[in-house]
Amino acid sequence: MTMAKAWTTGMNTIRDMLRNNARQYGMVIALAVIVVLFQILTGGLLLRPLNITNLVMQNSYVLVLAIGMMLVIITGHIDLSVGSVVAFVGAVTAIMLTELELPLLLVLPAALLLGAVIGAWHGFWIAYVRIPAFIVTLAGMLIFRGATLLVLGGESVGRLPSSVRVLAGGFVPDIEVGGVHALPLVLGAAASAALVGIQWNGRARNIRHDLPASSARLTSLKSTLTVAVVMVFSYTLALHSGVPVVGLLLVALIVGYAFLMNSTTAGRHIYAVGGSERAAMLSGVNTRRTTFWVFVNMGALAALAGVLFTARLNLATPGAGTMFELDAIAAAFIGGASASGGVGTVIGAVVGALVMGVINNGMSIIGLGVDWQQLIKGLVLLLAVAFDIYNKKRAARGGTGTPSQEATGPEDGPDSEENEREPVPVGQSRT
Amino acid sequence: MSDLILEMRAISKEFPGVRALSDVDLRVRRGEVRALVGENGAGKSTLMKVLSGVHPHGDYTGEILVDGDVRAFSGIRDSERAGIVIIHQELALVGNLSIAENIFLGNERVRWAGRVDWGRTVSDARELLRRVGLDKDPTLPVSTLGVGEQQLVEIAKALSKRVRLLILDEPTSALNEAESDNLLRLLVELKAQGITSILISHKLDEVARVADTITVLRDGRTVETMALAEGVADEDRIISAMVGRDLQHRFPERTPHIGEVRFEVRDWSVDHPTQLGRRVVDGATLTVRRGEIVGLAGLMGAGRTEFAMSVFGHSYGRYVSGTVHKDGARIRTGSVAEAVANGIAYVPEDRKELGLVMDDDIRHNLTLPGLRRISRRAVIDPAEESVAAERLRGQLQVKSRDIYQAAGNLSGGNQQKVVLGKWMFTEPELLILDEPTRGIDVGAKYEIYLIIHRLVEQGASVLMISSELPELLGMCDRVYAMREGRITGDVARSEADQESLMRLMTTTGP
Repeated sequence: MTMAKAWTTGMNTIRDMLRNNARQYGMVIALAVIVVLFQILTGGLLLRPLNITNLVMQNSYVLVLAIGMMLVIITGHIDLSVGSVVAFVGAVTAIMLTELELPLLLVLPAALLLGAVIGAWHGFWIAYVRIPAFIVTLAGMLIFRGATLLVLGGESVGRLPSSVRVLAGGFVPDIEVGGVHALPLVLGAAASAALVGIQWNGRARNIRHDLPASSARLTSLKSTLTVAVVMVFSYTLALHSGVPVVGLLLVALIVGYAFLMNSTTAGRHIYAVGGSERAAMLSGVNTRRTTFWVFVNMGALAALAGVLFTARLNLATPGAGTMFELDAIAAAFIGGASASGGVGTVIGAVVGALVMGVINNGMSIIGLGVDWQQLIKGLVLLLAVAFDIYNKKRAARGGTGTPSQEATGPEDGPDSEENEREPVPVGQSRT
Repeated sequence: MSDLILEMRAISKEFPGVRALSDVDLRVRRGEVRALVGENGAGKSTLMKVLSGVHPHGDYTGEILVDGDVRAFSGIRDSERAGIVIIHQELALVGNLSIAENIFLGNERVRWAGRVDWGRTVSDARELLRRVGLDKDPTLPVSTLGVGEQQLVEIAKALSKRVRLLILDEPTSALNEAESDNLLRLLVELKAQGITSILISHKLDEVARVADTITVLRDGRTVETMALAEGVADEDRIISAMVGRDLQHRFPERTPHIGEVRFEVRDWSVDHPTQLGRRVVDGATLTVRRGEIVGLAGLMGAGRTEFAMSVFGHSYGRYVSGTVHKDGARIRTGSVAEAVANGIAYVPEDRKELGLVMDDDIRHNLTLPGLRRISRRAVIDPAEESVAAERLRGQLQVKSRDIYQAAGNLSGGNQQKVVLGKWMFTEPELLILDEPTRGIDVGAKYEIYLIIHRLVEQGASVLMISSELPELLGMCDRVYAMREGRITGDVARSEADQESLMRLMTTTGP
């Protein structure tokens, strides 16, 4: 094969991959574009090692919230209370650590438990009493903001012990060789190996079971990209101060929740409840319990975000976490969630949160004020969702392959004309 | 003036990748009832959408002549001004508004400065309701009406627009026998008042009753137009024109191998979920044997679906009393999960809302009730899942690109196969089928019958609910009749006919 031919084949492979997975890759590409854009606008400051580390730390709590929010939105609900829960749990944590001088090992589980109980409170009204989540969590937003003011007595509580501050702003102990930290590279290599292993293992398994599998070329390409991104990122961290503690925590959460949603029956139940609650119920899914636990989970993650946020500021304030719910919701929708439920991925939530984070960070570096930041974030949210809807429509119109599925006109939703879609599939079964 | 109210010439319409209509001709005489039949996908609805301007001029090729003049409709309002009104399968009424408000929605009776003239609105509405034979106060909200009555309101609405050509798309698919009769009678009455109608229907018996001529569409082409008066258009002839081949048997042959009593439901009673004390199912008792297909006949509102859903994990209404027994031993069916664990499966009537997660793919839909079979300690094996889904797709001959296609993109028949498949995956011992072939074309129906036969051959028991008596008589070994929540009869296939069943369904038992 000549070079030119190889190049053409390669490009075709990439083009096919993009076309077939526009929805999955769309947001990743958008993120890449935004990163490149701000890298240029900030004159290279965005991707400096220090700033990368900052990005991770600044956005840790939004990422944590976005993961929980994604699950809530997949089940077809919404949670407006998370900002207030962040503030309340943050305040209680600060009080437990400073005024009561309790050890972190006790305070951390207690904080998570408190969050889970708050989530259970919301979940009870939503899943069992069947009050719309919008109303229940709007009430929760007021209730826990009020509760925050009550426990803090209108003042801020600060000077947290270093144990908890390490959680949000510290680095994992490490060996430094010639100004380069070793641990990020070791972890990066391990992660690369694991990801490549998963990709090839999945392909081998599909082939073994005679299922459609991506070509070796495509898989190699994916693996190369994965390794490149992971190693560049690790090397950047290595050049600064090593692996942030919160970074490890985030990776663990992302991996854990992606696994939960993709590979467990619980995850499947969550998607089914969001896709069609009644169909899920009639398939034997305990829909109430599923909804309930999704809110318990949201509460616990909001509590974790509260601890991280308080630790990072080294201060619990009455106004903490204001508007966080909106950041988390925006992240979920930018990351491909559907307002009607049943659709979305954990990775999508992460990408959505990163898009928001990079825009925030990049615009701060350029020196754009909060005014412009809000305006642009709003536009990005709107455009992201519009793009998603455009993609879905295009897919429904003609992208689905066999002609028999394509007969819907542009103005016919899948429902309005489903009976008219398949031109007479009869004949084989009789004679 | 020509005696043709409508002439459509060489209409073609393409959607991306598919030709929905090719050179369709349709000529409708003034004052006739024309039936338009054909399998799903034959192009009936598309043709009517072209006519009513839903697909505006320019979106199709060919000519439309109304009263001999070429017309180019740019939208529904345009065609309505020409007196052509289409009533879709899904009714377009606003439940919270009154009957009168709905009738004049978008076409309000007003006094100067746009103020609604309530007096005229109500009195005109009353007059229109009288014409369609609906004896209701026009100020009642539409949500208080049954589906059949709502259909009449739609027709009243069409009359208010001075309709001359009324198009009804599957008007009786959601109606019970009495309501259907009423509607069909109304069509004949309207004909006498000079209103021409085009009736799209799957139900050939009702077509035969009211239509003057029948036009058969197949694969986007006109196959044949038959005048009923000439007596050439018997059901078999129509069906063979629809499917494009001779139809010997509508139901596959089967030699039943019936065993012991497998399932027994004793003295089952259920109350309405919200209306306190309203008994919906009253002391129903029935048995199903191994390898047996048992039918459950009844009119709409007889409590068949309510009974089935209640037995299936108490998923309808308030459970009052009753027990379920399998092989003589009492089993628990208090939740869907328990019912499934005890070998019961329920294929719901409304497959879009209750049977499938439409946004999700075929694979996930197929495995949802049986996730335990492909997972270990709650972790799903993706390869096993895909293999299982592929196997079911092959067995059921689901026509789709692959198992990763969204269930919502499938045709009705294929969606129903997926619903059947998801329950086959749980290997049920008792399969409850609620209107398993509703809204499905003739060819796919036959395939579904074959699947049901295969299941009972493998030893499953089937309880089949259907509103189509010929289907019950063609498929079942035994039929229970139900009326007002009670079982009113238990008839063996050899003794059952449509008349005897209808009597049991409509009058109190002996």
